Amino acid sequence: MTGTQHISADKSSWPLWEIFIRSKQGLDHKHVGSLHAADAAMAIENARDVYTRRMEGVSIWVVESRYIHASNPDEADSFYDPANDKVYRHPTFYDLPDELKHM
Amino acid sequence: MSDQAIIDYILHLGDNALILGHRNSEWTGHGPILEQDIALSNIALDLIGQARYYYQYASHRINEDEQAPRPVPGHERIPVTEDVLAYFRDAWDFRNCLLVEQGNGHWGKTVLRQFFFSAYQFELYGVLRHSRDSQLAAIAEKSLKEVTYHLRWSGEWVIRLGDGTEESHTRMEEAMTDLWKFTGEFFLPADYEKTLTLPGIAVDLATIRPAWDHKVGEVLKTAGLEKKEGERMQKGGKQGKHTESLGYLLAEMQFLQRAYPGCEW
Amino acid sequence: MPSAIETGFQQKIDQDIRIEPKDWMPEAYRKTLIRQISQHAHSEIVGMLPEANWITRAPSLRRKATLIAKVQDEAGHGLYLYAAAETLGIDRDEMIEQLHQGKAKYSSIFNYPTLTWADMGAIGWLVDGAAIMNQVPLCRASYGPYARAMVRICKEESFHQRQGFEILLVLSRGNESQRRMCQDAIDRWWWPSVMMFGPNDDASPHTAQSMQWKIKRFSNDDLRQRFIDVCTEQVKLLGMRLPDPDLVWNEARQHYDFGPIDWNEFRDVINGNGPCNKERLAARVQAHADGAWVREAALAHAQKNIQREKAA
Repeated sequence: MTGTQHISADKSSWPLWEIFIRSKQGLDHKHVGSLHAADAAMAIENARDVYTRRMEGVSIWVVESRYIHASNPDEADSFYDPANDKVYRHPTFYDLPDELKHM
Repeated sequence: MSDQAIIDYILHLGDNALILGHRNSEWTGHGPILEQDIALSNIALDLIGQARYYYQYASHRINEDEQAPRPVPGHERIPVTEDVLAYFRDAWDFRNCLLVEQGNGHWGKTVLRQFFFSAYQFELYGVLRHSRDSQLAAIAEKSLKEVTYHLRWSGEWVIRLGDGTEESHTRMEEAMTDLWKFTGEFFLPADYEKTLTLPGIAVDLATIRPAWDHKVGEVLKTAGLEKKEGERMQKGGKQGKHTESLGYLLAEMQFLQRAYPGCEW
Repeated sequence: MPSAIETGFQQKIDQDIRIEPKDWMPEAYRKTLIRQISQHAHSEIVGMLPEANWITRAPSLRRKATLIAKVQDEAGHGLYLYAAAETLGIDRDEMIEQLHQGKAKYSSIFNYPTLTWADMGAIGWLVDGAAIMNQVPLCRASYGPYARAMVRICKEESFHQRQGFEILLVLSRGNESQRRMCQDAIDRWWWPSVMMFGPNDDASPHTAQSMQWKIKRFSNDDLRQRFIDVCTEQVKLLGMRLPDPDLVWNEARQHYDFGPIDWNEFRDVINGNGPCNKERLAARVQAHADGAWVREAALAHAQKNIQREKAA
């Protein structure tokens, strides 16, 4: 999943991390994407913020991209369930007329 | 006990959350890196969420009690709502601590402000979740998980920047100079807090102070920063005596509701 | 005469088999994708700014929260897209540098100013609406990481559009000032949204190749027509009108005819002379510059910890 990597000499450039999320107990961790972080704690917190904003109770693995030797998993679903509390993120929260089409 | 005291207390808790949430939201689109923009916006959302719970509860109590003085001039006859409380009180009726209204400054000042506040909220909610007032207890219980996260996030940032580069360390020392003097106010109970402590509704601030001191001391030490022992603390926010910042903040926040009163948005 | 590997590559695409980062791909495919994906990412990031303008002035706590969430989503979308582009062998820093130097484009729409609260509604309804129309087909783009990013984005995008429409709906049912605000925002955002679909097909030389590679699924004009048809129906529910006197249903075509697009305005804005180009870019450059010491410090601290662990 990593292409040719440029190692940036920029002293403010944070490494790239690959993120794996397990959304329910008993299922596997799935690769959901990548992000930049300065250290592992930050990577995990960033992953929580970016990739699980709509769900609690997930398990997160982070690995610096450069340590991964890849084959190419076919990621079929990035679907995850809503967190109860944050209803404003969900399309059904809005009261729109029934006649409104295509939304 | 006076119903006014409890309404003041609820508003104090809500105002703290709203004003800091508002300040944090000013960073949206301007953070030092995308991921952190998202992180701080999440914290802003959590805080605004807390404020809404408090204001909704306060509104309910105010509306239920015909004897309760209306907190908002000009809104005596209509039901009070979360938006009436947020958008139609002037600065002197806001009861937030002075710390949360301070300007964002640079990223270091923002994370330090968040750290001081989250350490306080963490201890406060740890006790408030046992409040005799079941609504307050519920709000505290619900908010504790996210506050735990805010504390961890902000504490880590204080350490990263305090113990990062020379430049970041200097900036954190500046931030300490700016903000330390506002941390005393957390533990100075307002009259309404004193009234409500014995009945077990409000938190006895003296009991949570040592834990706050300890946590803050730990993190500052790791960050290579020093508490400013003996510095004179600023106060007055809980009583509605604010710094100049709050007036500008409210003018911006409240503009639309005041320019077009009585509208649905 | 294409080589076996080139033929194999095109066959995969024809069979809707995804191309993944380590698969062989023509250099032109890789370069085009980098440009397209990074442009999209830049658009999300720059697009945060016109809406972030109104966060501190949102007129209710619910609107405040949902607007922050929306803008935050856009940051996330930018992030997913930068991540997808990085799988093709370019650094995020490099892409950001291109943006800041004016070498990379982003969607022209974000160079317009947000002047009233109603603009939040118009942007959600029209701009996100146009974006969705573009993005849904890309969920089946040939490049795996891009398609997957688009799936995630599309799921979040529908809430944005509904939020925007609802804002306008409430205004349209409000007092005279609010109704005027609603119409005014529609008047200003309609044509720029129509232009979001890009030049006419006959002025888009890259379309054919992109469609063969399945990194573009429908033509600009097709998407634009679909958008106009849908919005012309939706605006009726607001009791407002679109600022196009030539909008009329064409029974033979089964589509709405519409008025001429001002391509001069489009070119001006794309080339950096729109109302807000300088401000938007300046804001991004500023944020990045202001954040340099933060990023450096975090890295320095991480390094220190690694050294300490080694020494321990």
